[in-house]
This record gives sequence, structure tokens and C-alpha cells, in this order.
Amino acid sequence: MSTLIKQDILVELSANAGTGFEQVREAGKTAFQAQGFPTNKSEEYKFTAITKKIEQNIQNLAPAGAFDVTAEQVKANVFEGYAGDVLVFANGHFLPSLSSTIEGVEVAALSDKADTALGSIAKPEKDPFCALNQSSFEGGIFISVPKKAQVQKPILLLNFFKADTGQVIQPRVWIEAGDFAEVTFINHSVNLSDASYFVNKVVEVKGGVNTQIRYYKLQNDGKNAIEVSNLETDILKDGRFSSVTISLSGEMVRNNLSLNILGSNSEGNMYGLYLLNGKTHVDNHTNVDHTVAHAESNELYKGILADSSRGVFNGKIFVRQDAQKTNAFQQNNNILLSEDAVVNTKPQLEIWADDVKCSHGCTTGQLDEEALFYLQARGIAKDQAKGLLLYAFAGEVLDHITDESFREYCTELVQTRLGSKF
Amino acid sequence: MSKDNQILEELTSKEYEHGWSVNYEADEAPVGLTEETIRWISAKKEEPQWLLDWRLKAFKTWEAMSEPKWANVHYPKIDLQSLKYYSAPKQSSKPKNLDEVDPELLDIYKRLGINLNEQKRLQGIAVDAVLDSVSVATTFKGTLSKLGIVFCSFSEAVKEHPELVKKYLGSVVPMTDNYYAALNSAVFSDGSFCYIPKGVRCPMELSTYFRINAANTGQFERTLIVAEDESYVSYLEGCTAPQRDENQLHAAVVEIYAGAHAEVKYSTVQNWFPGDKNGKGGIYNFVTKRGICAGDFSKISWTQVETGSAVTWKYPSCILKGDNSIGEFYSVAVTNNYQQADTGTKMIHIGKNTKSRIVSKGISAGKSQNSYRGQVQVMKRATNARNFSQCDSLLMGDRCGAHTFPYIDINNPTAKVEHEATTSKIGEDQLFYCNQRGIATEDAVALIVNGYAKEVLNQLPMEFAVEAQKLLALTLEGSVG
Repeated sequence: MSTLIKQDILVELSANAGTGFEQVREAGKTAFQAQGFPTNKSEEYKFTAITKKIEQNIQNLAPAGAFDVTAEQVKANVFEGYAGDVLVFANGHFLPSLSSTIEGVEVAALSDKADTALGSIAKPEKDPFCALNQSSFEGGIFISVPKKAQVQKPILLLNFFKADTGQVIQPRVWIEAGDFAEVTFINHSVNLSDASYFVNKVVEVKGGVNTQIRYYKLQNDGKNAIEVSNLETDILKDGRFSSVTISLSGEMVRNNLSLNILGSNSEGNMYGLYLLNGKTHVDNHTNVDHTVAHAESNELYKGILADSSRGVFNGKIFVRQDAQKTNAFQQNNNILLSEDAVVNTKPQLEIWADDVKCSHGCTTGQLDEEALFYLQARGIAKDQAKGLLLYAFAGEVLDHITDESFREYCTELVQTRLGSKF
Repeated sequence: MSKDNQILEELTSKEYEHGWSVNYEADEAPVGLTEETIRWISAKKEEPQWLLDWRLKAFKTWEAMSEPKWANVHYPKIDLQSLKYYSAPKQSSKPKNLDEVDPELLDIYKRLGINLNEQKRLQGIAVDAVLDSVSVATTFKGTLSKLGIVFCSFSEAVKEHPELVKKYLGSVVPMTDNYYAALNSAVFSDGSFCYIPKGVRCPMELSTYFRINAANTGQFERTLIVAEDESYVSYLEGCTAPQRDENQLHAAVVEIYAGAHAEVKYSTVQNWFPGDKNGKGGIYNFVTKRGICAGDFSKISWTQVETGSAVTWKYPSCILKGDNSIGEFYSVAVTNNYQQADTGTKMIHIGKNTKSRIVSKGISAGKSQNSYRGQVQVMKRATNARNFSQCDSLLMGDRCGAHTFPYIDINNPTAKVEHEATTSKIGEDQLFYCNQRGIATEDAVALIVNGYAKEVLNQLPMEFAVEAQKLLALTLEGSVG
């Protein structure tokens, strides 16, 4: 347990957390006290000294609280050509007045849904930050897609963050989908301040039989922000879950993504792209747990690292004894563009079943000299050629975004970054 | 096929071939580990003061350390105080040549298939045979010494070449390295020492054969290989132990130093007693092996075939310090019944244009757990470093596990690092194909496994490759059906 971070952090944070969920919060508190802030001795946080970062930059964690967002701000931050629905949040608090009413989908502030089984999917014992959030999250949202509902338009979760240095924002999201439902979420965060604050978010997704859920996330945090995000989902029979995580900035970002495959004939897909510069540190920890037979998981994470940025990837695939006929694939590719950039990667497979096909691949290197030469030989300037090749490298991940306007928006961001910076 | 059949048949009737033990009169240290034990061992071996001091320092370091817990293996806590740290066959005087060695001891090696006398004439391999805590005999000393090569037991080296031992001992694996390395540094009994002078190409394979005979004894041997600039040596290591119900501890340290343009090839066929079908008994094999490519253009190559031990915890590593140096690691690890193996390598790229290659093939059967744990680290100034890693796992049976923990840490943009891993089982269609052509299922499995491991077995010297192939078939006997 760190000494700098105030010992009574839980008291202060929970005092401001509001009412409801007393039992849930108590369980979170117990789990956090049992784990404490992770140190560099913890295998899970070996390369990401997040506690140290919080100590250096933040020290006194105090809750940030809600604030007002204007309709203009919302309008300005929805991507061009976006035709879906929007749900607006200020520091994790749901703002119904600025949000769309979505046909056939139940949306409510978590405080109105006191019987939600928070912590039943993202278990607080697994991760200290998940436990911290459970003990003292603020606001929060409950989204329920009923049985057989086909939500055609995507749902944009537009998060506004505004906090002073030293403050903490703890959003909480609960998503549940009934059997045969289909829905797409886009999570986008907008920072209204450059201060060094700490975002600790937990998202729980409860799938049903044959549900199709897509979850896209764009991380474009303030350059001094520290973020830990936990997303965990249960995939049932015939279910499909796909996620795309794009990380572009922030001081230190940690994403924990966990897929629990609990039903057969199901599929989990995880795609990620981290495009880093400056001193940004992004850590993606993914975890796929195959507990039943006949399921499939695919994973592709790609990174381009410039300046003194650091990329960490740890992909875990567990194939339990009963999970015969599992197909699990995992790939991580990195390109280092500068002397000071660092990559730590650990693709990990743990397999207890014999009739499976599992593979992982991992590469770290730089651009193919020959491809570069090929383009140059055809009259394309070196910088442009580089940009083109890097974009092609990144494009493989972007292709997995189904919503066109969001894909275009991300593509634009990526291209600007690659063209101007590199 | 007939030869393979013969091998299989030969092996069907046996479980662990080397499970016997011999009663000979032995000199043993009292049970337990204290400073006194260390002084006792040191005095017994008539060691100089500096070595005793070194041991005592290591003991102090060890006392402050705690047992590592991170490996993916489970075993009951070892009571280090109930072990004997020294056991040596009693010999009236130090033998000068093989004819003077106690025939009973030579017989032990004969039963292991290593006839020290015969080997002398036929195979052209120099053998250093280590029984429990001491080296019994070293063959071919004369031939080697003409070239300036020193190949002898560690205790002899301490007496005759103290300056070399002093210079290199602990230079690659410092006593503070880890719990078991510190323990070894404190209590190591014997082992082999090998020194190849500058520009010499060792004309024959050097080999050490380790055998644990006594009960309740830990074996702590220490091997030190020094290859000066532009030299070459190929070194083999083999090991067996009697079949006993209680677990025995083997904590060795191997250090390799390679100068500029030197090449060291280290091959191991590890066949310690793995425990019986129900997981009873067996050797705990906790070994620290590390080589340093200290000079430019040097090369260290590790090849290991791991079939024995109840629990293995072993990571032969290369520190690629010299520019353009090369590190290689080829491994086949087979686990059956209740065996557990956590093995792999570390490649630390420090020099420019350094290359490393890792090929690890794991085979798990029965209720065993087989883990690959490796690290490829490219330091900041290691420009143009290159690594290729491949770790494949083959699962036979649905109660076993195969795990991969590769750590890849890159601090230089010019590095090219590739890692790939696959896990699979022997395909029904492959077996069917063989069956169709009249090959029985069991033969087909041996065939497929040997093909799967070929890439590694090819790296072994001839005599070892044959032994290794037999071992593979033996270890997997009865695991398919």
C-alpha cells in the first residue's frame, strides 16, 4: 500500500458517492482493502507503474463530481455524418436532457436501478481498480436492450471529463442484452481540461443467448490524464462480442478487457490499435477465458510508437479442460519509430484441453525497407511513403469498425497523426 | 520401421530404466544445512580459504532470500534442513587413471550404458563421471592436455588452476542471482571444469555424466566452461537417478564464458527420475544455466531434451554482450503422468547486430503440466538485434496442460523480433493416414512425435540424438489409447 496516497481515500471517495448499492460498495471496499494499490511487484502491473504515477501527479484523490455540459458542446463532439443515438455523460453522471431517447432500449441512471447486480461480471477481486470503482463509483448508467431487439443505429456514449489536478472520476456502465438482441456501442471521451486527473472506469456487459454486441472505444484523453478502464463481458451460447479499442493519447492508460466465454458456438473478437507519441504509456491487458467447447476467439492488437512512448501488451488466453474444439488466435504487432520508444509484450497461452487450435504471434520491428523503396522508386516522397505504409498497418484494425461515420472519424484522426507527425 | 518397432518393444516392458541403486560405502555430510556443513564440505575437499569465504558469503546471501513462487509449478515445500549436502563414494586414494578406479563404481556407469573403459577406446568422447557429490573419473585427460585443454572435476580445478576458477567462478551466475543459485554457491560439491585456450578447437565431444545414487541427498554440482577467443567446444551432459519414493533435490549451476569468435555448444539430455505413475517421488530439478557471449562474434548454443524430473525449473540463457554474437536455444520438453516443467530461455541482447533463435517444443501427456517461459530483451544500444522464437506445444490426452509465457521487451527501434506459438494435438487424420499404410497407432505416434521434435534433435550430436529419440518414445509410452 502506498504511503503517499491518503489512507482514508475510500472514506472520502465513498462519502461523495451517493446512496444506493450499499452492499455492492461494501463488497468493493473489502476487495480493494484486500488488494491495495498495485506495486511494481505485482505481475499484472509490472510494466505499468500506475500507482507511482498517481502518487507523483495526483497524490490526493478527491472525487470530481458532476458539471454542466451545453448542447453546443455535445453537437461539436458528435462526428460528422453520425446518424445514431447519443447518450451524454459528465464525469460519469448521466445527463438525460441532452441525450436521445432510444426506441426500444431502456436507459436509466444507475441510482434508479438499485437492484442491478453490479460486480457480478467484473468481479472486484480480480483487479484493485475495479474494486476501487465498485466501492465508490459516481453516477453511472444502466442500459438494457430487450429480447430480440435489433437496434439498428449505434449508440454513442459521449463522456465529457472536466476535473482539476488531483481529482478522480469513476464512471460505471452496466449493459445487458436479452436473447437474440443486437446492438452497437461507441464510447468516446472528450476532455475539457488539461489537468492531471485520474479516470477509473468499469463497464460490465451481460450478453444473452445469441446476442450480437459490438463495443468500440476511442481513447483520446487529455495529455496529462491517467486512465484505468475495466471492461468485462459474459458471452453465452451462440453469442458474439466484438470490441475495437483505439488509444491515441493520455499520460498513462491501462485497459483491462476480459471476455468470459460461457456458451458454445460463440465468438469473441478483440481488436486494438495504439498510436502513441510524446510520453504516452498505454497498456492493454486482455483476457479470454474459454470455459466451454466449440467457441472461437480472435485477437489483433497493433501499435505504432514514436518519441519516448511505451506500449505494453499482455494477452492471456485460457482454455479450460472442458473447452475442447476451441479455436483461439492472437496476434500483436508493433512498429517502433524512435530510439526511446519501448515495447513490452507478453502473449500468454494457458491450455488444459487437447483438442484445440491455438496460436499466437508477436512481432516488433520497423517498416519494411523494401516496401518503402518500392514506393520511393515510384516517385512517392519518403515521408509520404512512410505515412502510407503506417496507415496500411493501422488500417487492418480500423477495418473492423462497422459504423461508417465512426470509422471515417477514426481514420481521419489516424491519418492526421501519421501524416503530420511521422 | 523395424528399428523403431524394436525400440518401442524394448521400452514397453520398462518404466524407468535407470531406477536401480547401488550400495557402496559413502562419505556423507551430516544432515542439515548450517555454516558448519559448509565448513565441513570445504574442509573435506581441502579447499583454499578464498573459496570457503566465497561459500560462506553465498550462504549469508541465501539466508536472506526466500524461495521463489512465480513459476507455474506446484510441489510441497522442500525441507532443506533434512537433506544431506555431501555424499561421496569412499576411495582410499585419488585414482590416477581408470585402472585405479574402484571397479564397483565403474560398474555403475557400465550399467548406465556409459562404459568408461570402452568409451576411451571407441567413441572418442571425453567423459567426466560425477556420482552424487564427486567426480569419479575423467577420461582422455592426456590427449586433451596436449592441446592445453583443461577438462577435469571442479575440485581438481580448484587445486590445480585456482587462478582460472577464481577469475570465472560466479562471473556469469553471481551468487546473488536467485535462491537456488545462492544455495548452490554455498554448498556445491563437485562438477566439471573445462577450459579451452585461445585458438584451440576441441577435437572431441566433452561429456559429463551425473548420477545421484544416495538417498536423501541433494545434488549441487557446478559446471564452468571457459572458451577463450577463437576456440570451439561441444559439451554434453547426461543425468539419471535411482527410483525412490521421496523427492530429491538437484540444484545445479552451469556457467559458460565465450570469448571473441569462440563457440560453445552445450547439449543436455536430462533424464532424472520423474516419479512413478501416481506422481510419487522424482527429482526436483531447479537449475540455473547461463552463458555469456563476452567477445564479438561469439556463439553459445543450448540444446536440451528434458524428459525426466518430477518438477523442472530451468532457463538456460544467453547474455549477448559482444557485437555480432549469437545465442541459440533448442529444447524438447516432454512431460508425462504428474510431471511439471517450467522451462524456457532468456536472450539478453546487449551488443550490436546480435542474433538469437529460440525453438521450443513442448509435449505434454498424462496429467502433466508443461510451461514455456522465455524472455527476449533488446537493450537500448543493441542496434539491429534479431530474434526469432518459436514455441510449439503438443498435447496428448485431455488431462494435461500446455502454457506459454513469453516476455518480449524491446528498447531499440531497429530490433526485429518475432515470436510465434501454436498448440495442437496429433491429428486424427495424421494417425489415420499412418494406420492406412499399416503403421500401428503407437508406432505412428512415435513417428509423428519424432518428426515434431526433429528440428531440435538434429542439433544434438549423433550418440545423444539416438538416446534422446529412445527417451521420447519411452516417456510417452502408453499415453495414447
